[in-house]
Amino acid sequence: MSTIENKTTAFDRRSFLKTSSLASGGLLIGFNLFQACKPEVVKEAAIDLAKLDYKKFNAFIKIAKNGAVTIFSPNPEIGQGVKTSMPMIIAEELEVPWEMVHVEQGILDTEHYTRQLAGGSQSIRHGWDALRQTGATARQMLVNAAAARWGVEASECTVKEGVVANAKGETLGYGNLVEEAAQLEVPEEVALKEPKEYKIIGTDRVNVDIDEIVTGKPMFGLDYKAEGMVYAAVLRPPAFGQKLDTFDATEAKAIAGVIDVIRIGEKANALLDQEAKNWTAILSSSDKVVVIAENTWAAIKGKKALKATWTDDSPLESTKMQDEKLMGLLNGKTFTNLRKDGDVQKAFAQADKVLERTYESPFLPHNCMEPMNFFANVTADKIHLVGPVQTPEFAAMGVADMLGRDVKEVHLEMTRMGGGFGRRLYGDFVYEAAEISNALKKPVKVVSTREDDMTTGVYRPAIKYRIKAAVKDGAITGYHLKEAAINSNMYGLIPNFFPAGAIDNYQVDVANYSSNITTGAWRAPYTNFLAYAEQSFFDELAELMEVDKIQIRLDLLEKAKGNKDERMQYSPERMLEVIKTAVTKSGWGKQPEGVYQGFVSYYCHNSHVAEVADVQIEDGMPVVKKITCVVDCGIVVNPLGALNQVEGGVIDGVGHSMYGDFGFEGGIPTAMNYDRYRLIRMKEVPEVETHFIQNELAPTGLGEPTLPPAGGAVANALKAATGKRIYKQPFMEDPGFWKTAEKPILG
Amino acid sequence: MPTYQLKVNGKETTVEASEDSPVLWVLRDHLDLVGTKFGCGIAQCGACTIHLDGSAVRSCSLTMASVEGKSITTIEGLSEDGSHPVQEAWKEVDVPQCGYCQAGQIMTASAFLEANPNPTSEEIKTAMHGNICRCASYTRIHKAVVKASENMA
Repeated sequence: MSTIENKTTAFDRRSFLKTSSLASGGLLIGFNLFQACKPEVVKEAAIDLAKLDYKKFNAFIKIAKNGAVTIFSPNPEIGQGVKTSMPMIIAEELEVPWEMVHVEQGILDTEHYTRQLAGGSQSIRHGWDALRQTGATARQMLVNAAAARWGVEASECTVKEGVVANAKGETLGYGNLVEEAAQLEVPEEVALKEPKEYKIIGTDRVNVDIDEIVTGKPMFGLDYKAEGMVYAAVLRPPAFGQKLDTFDATEAKAIAGVIDVIRIGEKANALLDQEAKNWTAILSSSDKVVVIAENTWAAIKGKKALKATWTDDSPLESTKMQDEKLMGLLNGKTFTNLRKDGDVQKAFAQADKVLERTYESPFLPHNCMEPMNFFANVTADKIHLVGPVQTPEFAAMGVADMLGRDVKEVHLEMTRMGGGFGRRLYGDFVYEAAEISNALKKPVKVVSTREDDMTTGVYRPAIKYRIKAAVKDGAITGYHLKEAAINSNMYGLIPNFFPAGAIDNYQVDVANYSSNITTGAWRAPYTNFLAYAEQSFFDELAELMEVDKIQIRLDLLEKAKGNKDERMQYSPERMLEVIKTAVTKSGWGKQPEGVYQGFVSYYCHNSHVAEVADVQIEDGMPVVKKITCVVDCGIVVNPLGALNQVEGGVIDGVGHSMYGDFGFEGGIPTAMNYDRYRLIRMKEVPEVETHFIQNELAPTGLGEPTLPPAGGAVANALKAATGKRIYKQPFMEDPGFWKTAEKPILG
Repeated sequence: MPTYQLKVNGKETTVEASEDSPVLWVLRDHLDLVGTKFGCGIAQCGACTIHLDGSAVRSCSLTMASVEGKSITTIEGLSEDGSHPVQEAWKEVDVPQCGYCQAGQIMTASAFLEANPNPTSEEIKTAMHGNICRCASYTRIHKAVVKASENMA
């Protein structure tokens, strides 16, 4: 058997080389084989566990004497489906029937796992090689154990569905072999399956937690309880830029069920004052008032009854002020250059036509359905942390640092998460829980209300893009992208996305200002808005150039094909294929009368996506009826789960570009709950038709890449339907803008 | 704190709770029925949906006084073993992503189908419009409600 990497190399060597360099120093190949996943099986398995040297192994696999397999899923599950798909990859190479596999969430274990985080749509992509090798290595050791017992060569043995057979037709099940296998040398090289041999990868597998979810079993952080646990509600400054001055807890303490009211912040702030640690996710340097209670309701009520005074520590921002600042940055000269090819200024000077447009976005809160929460029990010999966090390793290191403890004393368990979307990359609530427990010497669970969640968030910041293009002799000769953002700018790789490499004179410049409003990653950071700006710009550019809207993209990609620039992140060939497939599947240009279409193709998170939005006018208003989505994410590990991700990403993208609106007045968020903040709901949901490009390339990201194109596809379809182009999100901020639409023109 | 007599998932239960405590927190913190979820606290998202005498209601905005003597069903009591047709449909369609809102979705869907066993697509959309799914698993929620209505027929 050859490896898929070799196969991948043949198809796309450049992509493979990047992957391997990113993975270098990453995951170790290995596994942990020991008996028993259930107590009764432990009893019958008389293996001397102490004799096994676990430290050599990773902790992914347990096999019971009866052949039952437990696979530990190392990465946090935020709804992206890795608790199902990552173990599928191991089970495939281990060669066991999926029905015999029981999946458990692994704990934070930096000794045996690496990259235990949920972010950037990278769990499967980074785990692909290591997970397959883990399964294959375990399989090979089981085969080796059988061969040794029979006194034959391992190469004479075959393996199928957890049973090893020899040439004589004798068989041994994994359960019978595990004890011996676990004590064998770990083979250095193992053969991996060819994709055509896959029996689990590429097949539909239902979410491993489905039974627990539909019966309401405790599995989320908010559901976690421990003996003697108290509940804590945290009062944080109402406005960004404020700090706690004084508080009066008299009324709060009088509430039945309220145990105590304490002030925290000393330890967290001391950590903030230290040299900035990259894992520090403490959001505010203000002290906080914490109501400790016997139950959640008493904690919430107690917090409402607190009387606190706050002092202004730094200027309180408003949306108007932010808009002016960002526009000032765009109009100014204080940019940092991220990429410069050729000479854009010269291209503009020599151009026949120039198009320049500015695009604006609001802040966005994450709105995970499960509000932030965490359990902590800090004792003399251990720090026990349980809950939903996308970055458990950072949280453990940060908490240890804050409390002056060894990180080895931290035992962190990840719960299933009621959404992540980037919010839980920042474990501020973990520090709070730990500081409170440390002060109380009690197990405590920090609970947040929706209002806490929405008003003390880590928001997608408001961003403005200005794009300028030069056209000469019917070709795009220059492209200049400027970004004005808050607190930080687009990542290093984004300037190398399309159209980098497709236009000779190309430049990306960025600027930001530091705000006291906490900002951070939000599902598909930067591209979640940039894709709309860029792709509506190309739509408009096609109109200016009087060329077909698909052709303008095809021409650029054809030009990029020959580019040997190593920095280029996308594959023109793969993008051309998704575009052509989307044109066919969406019936582009052949839509029935009254259906107006908008097109977007976009690369991010290592995947190539094209989306077509269908808009119709109903009662004088444009309505998004359907999105056709074509995705090239390489091998699709679990099509059933992948389809859910695609549909979710698309609808999330449509919803936030249409309705997501969030701002500030006097440092205070303009919305606190769902009565003032609109998320997409059932009646607004378009039909989503999904097509995956079938290939045998290594898997790439899927949790994020279908979101960014959706907004652009909708905007372009709205233009086709109404003749109006919108330069600002959310599109439905002023529905009257569309209501007064001119007579629809044919798109 | 006052004591309340409740019938929860078919069982008579006595619980001591603050009179202004929403039923949601009594279920979760006092009765250990954590399948009913907290989402917004103002009856806007539907994560906390339970059945009160068979009707879908938002337990986050329901006082204890208003439920005395009435029968409450939570996701834990919808069926003994997850075999209610709506739960079965949810499994068949593999609806959840993160899964957090799904208990509320299922409780809304099951009360709706009880009242309207053969709904149109538009009626399903209207019935489910009050339940937010932040992961946007809406197309599968719709599909599962259709499937459940077929299974119940």
